This record gives sequence, structure tokens and C-alpha cells, in this order.
Amino acid sequence: MRTFAYSRADSVDHAAHRTMPDAAFVAGGTTLLDLIKLDVLKPENVVDINALPLKRVERLDDGRLRIGALVTNTDLAHHPEVKSHYPVLSEALLAGASTQLRNMATTAGNVMQRTRCPYYRDPAARCNRREPGSGCDAMDGINRMHAVLGGSDACIAVHPSDMCVGIAAIGATLTLQGPDGEREVDFADFHRLPGDTPHIEHDLANGELITAITLDAPLENARSHYLKLRDRASYEFALASCAAQVVLDGDTIREARLALGGVATKPWRCSDAEAALVGQSADKASFERAADIALKDAQAREHNGYKIPLARQAIVRALRNAARGETPASETQESQA
Amino acid sequence: MMDDSAHSPHPSDETVRLDFTLNGEPRTIEVAPNAVLLDVLREQLGLGGTKKGCDHGQCGACTVHVDGQAMNSCLRLAVMCEGQQVTTVEGLARDGELHPVQQNFLECDAYQCGYCTPGQMMSATALLADERIGTDDASVKEAMSGNICRCGAYKNIVEAIQKSRAQLGHDAARKEGAA
Repeated sequence: MRTFAYSRADSVDHAAHRTMPDAAFVAGGTTLLDLIKLDVLKPENVVDINALPLKRVERLDDGRLRIGALVTNTDLAHHPEVKSHYPVLSEALLAGASTQLRNMATTAGNVMQRTRCPYYRDPAARCNRREPGSGCDAMDGINRMHAVLGGSDACIAVHPSDMCVGIAAIGATLTLQGPDGEREVDFADFHRLPGDTPHIEHDLANGELITAITLDAPLENARSHYLKLRDRASYEFALASCAAQVVLDGDTIREARLALGGVATKPWRCSDAEAALVGQSADKASFERAADIALKDAQAREHNGYKIPLARQAIVRALRNAARGETPASETQESQA
Repeated sequence: MMDDSAHSPHPSDETVRLDFTLNGEPRTIEVAPNAVLLDVLREQLGLGGTKKGCDHGQCGACTVHVDGQAMNSCLRLAVMCEGQQVTTVEGLARDGELHPVQQNFLECDAYQCGYCTPGQMMSATALLADERIGTDDASVKEAMSGNICRCGAYKNIVEAIQKSRAQLGHDAARKEGAA
């Protein structure tokens, strides 16, 4: 593995004010070390932020839940506040990666994780995300795993996170600390669409550190479900996933929240589909209309066309399961599948 | 322990002092900034029980406990373990007696080639101690999915874990009774 200088940050200010060239923060290390070993990421300096006091989960007076950047995926998934008020996030977290990786990975690190596109991970391949202007070998390559939503001529790499799909369906604000102080960014605006600049993946400026992720107050009386479809029953990335929340008044949908994973270049909130569900009855026809709206701009390449009907079914079933307020036994297996 | 490393980076060609606990013993060693825990265990400390499979967090052969939690030692810098308790497969046996999980892997024939076995046993011991993980076979399989066995000994691995659970529960009850 390539060499780098190493330091430990002992305060958030200190970490954020450090202006070093080619520096990377390390928290869990599961993405960073993987990609340094592959020679995809090449930091000259690694700043260890694990000693920073960013490991608390606290409910704010306005009902929101503030999650410290360094809370591990395991601890967040099992936190009583998350299990009782944001079960869709707990389900999404536990559907991701393996026990070991969840024990290491942090909340902010998960937000910052890189795509699993095999061409991005292979320095011998052309990749506009890794090397701007070099081209994209995924376009006409093995693109079975690639995005059908949010892609551009430059990049169709999928954002791989399950956690972020759950957060997208809840709504959240990121707190960033930088050399010029603190600022907040809407979670929906943090990840960038690839467009002509797929190498610019997010809204984080040089030297800025994510210090917290604050979830919107829970939707009252919401029922929810996270459905993940993948090639094997566990420890695999999504081919399509859907986080759904619905608030029902009898049989009528009062509010809906919908986000997709495995099919898009960023955690994908389906606002138009949500709006179309409001006031409708909670039945298959409504769910199918919403799914069609969510996927109306989907575009497939040679090998990933199957993702459009797969995502459609994921939406319909996630909504149905959420509306029923129960997870049938057969769906439990599939949601782990 | 925050030394001057908090304020001036250790250059890539200088070692960093690491104080940690390894299999119950306090240790102080010098490691390169880019040294990965797995390589330090195997090459620098001579503990070859922890195995290198994929070296990318995909196979689980390198699983160790850090402060009691199962982690992939291939994706962790050794310097990140400052002040932490690291347990490897060499630390499972006590006073020359195999840990029940080790004994049951043996008795249940829960391996063929054995290369993944140390990692399997480290995940197994961690999940048995973790009250957040369910006790049924499905929960065990889900919690163990980060450990790949190319020989396909999965069925016997689950059996060894569940047999250990029964015995460990018995031991805990016995201890309570004695106290």
C-alpha cells in the first residue's frame, strides 16, 4: 500500500482548520483503506478523527434526532430512538454490508462512501469519476449493476449506500465544520448528480468535516418499510431498494415518503411520486402509478434494463408492506435478499 | 493518549508509537503510519492465526475483536487501535483450554481446509456475546454473512455456534449460582 503521513485530530476545530494538500479524514476506514490499497484514492496525509467527541445520538427539543458523525452503523441501527422512531433507517442499516463492516463504518463515513463501479475501482480502466476526462468504460461495458436514474453521458455509477436511502426517505440536515466555520446543508442537496463533473461527488469543500447528521422529526403515525433486492440473501449491494413511509387516514394516504437505492447515481428521493400518492387510496393501483412516476425518466444501457421493472416492483411492494404495517414472513426473507 | 501527533503529522517514513492491549497483554510497538492491523499482527508480532484472504473486507478471514467488536483487520490502520483492546484467535483459549467455540468447531467438523476458521470463530464469539443479535439460526447466518467459507462448511458452522450458545449459557448460569 502507498505511504502517507498520519496525524490524530484532537478537536473538531483542529481537524477542520488543518489545511494540508491531498488530505483525507479517516473514521472507520472501510472505504478509504480499501481504495488506497487499489490505488484509486491517493492521499498524502491521513487525519484520524476517531478521538473527536462526535459519538452521541441526541433528541433535540424540536423532535429531530442529531446523530454524531462517528456513531457506528451498528450502534445507530440498534439505538432505541432509531428503532422506535425511524425503523426504516434501522432496517436499511442492517441490510447493508456485514457485521464487521457495520461495526467499523460510521454515519458520516457511510454518507461519504464511494461507488462500487468496477471501472472506478480499477485504475487501468477509463473513469471520469476517478480521472476527469478519461472516458467511461461502464457505458458500453458490463453495466448490469449501473444506474438507470440520475446518470449522464459521463457517468452511470450507482451510489451504493442503504443507510442513505433510509435517510433520504426521512429527510435530514448535515452539519459541516470548515476553516470558515459551521454551515448546514440539506441532505437531499449534499450528493451531486454526475453531470459533466462526476469527480465532484458532494458538497463538501476542502478541509470541511461532517460533524453531525440531524434527522427530520419523525412523521407522526407513519408506517414504513425498507425493501432490498439483491443477488444473494445477505452481504450484497442492492440491485434495487426502496425505503417507504406512509401515513394513513383509514384507507387514504395522507403523507408519503419514498426513496430508491441501487438504481441511481445518488440516494434518490421520489418527490413527484410522493405527491401523487397523497389523497389516494392505499391500494395496488395507486402504488403502481407512483412507481411509474418515480421511474418515468429511467434510462437503461445494454445490461441494466431489468432494473426498471425491478425498481417498480420494489416500490409497489415496499409501499404495500408499509401500508399494511407488517412485514409478511415471505417478505422478510426477500427484504433480506 | 494524545502526543504531539495531534499537531504535527508523522511523516510517511517515520514510525508512530502505538500503545494497545493485545490478547490481554499491554503492548507498545512502533508501526509505520500506513501499516494495516492485519499485517502488523502477522508480520510484526508473529501472530499468524489471523488470515489474509481478500485484503478488502469482503471475506472475513482477518476478523479480530477490537474492544469486543468483530472487525476486519485488513481495513484498519494499526495506529487507529491506540488505547484499544485487540483480541485475535490466539487469545480465545484460556489456561491451555480451548474456548467452547473452538472445541465445538472441532467436534462439529465446522471446517475443511481451515483457512477461514479463525475469522469464523472470531465472528462467532462476538455474536454470542452480543445481546442485540437474535439467537435463532436465521439471525446467526445473517450475523455471520461477512465470513466466507469456500469449502462450504456453513451448516456445521451454524451447528457449532448454536452448540456453543447452549454451553456458554449453562456456564453463565453456573457462575451465577456459584456467586
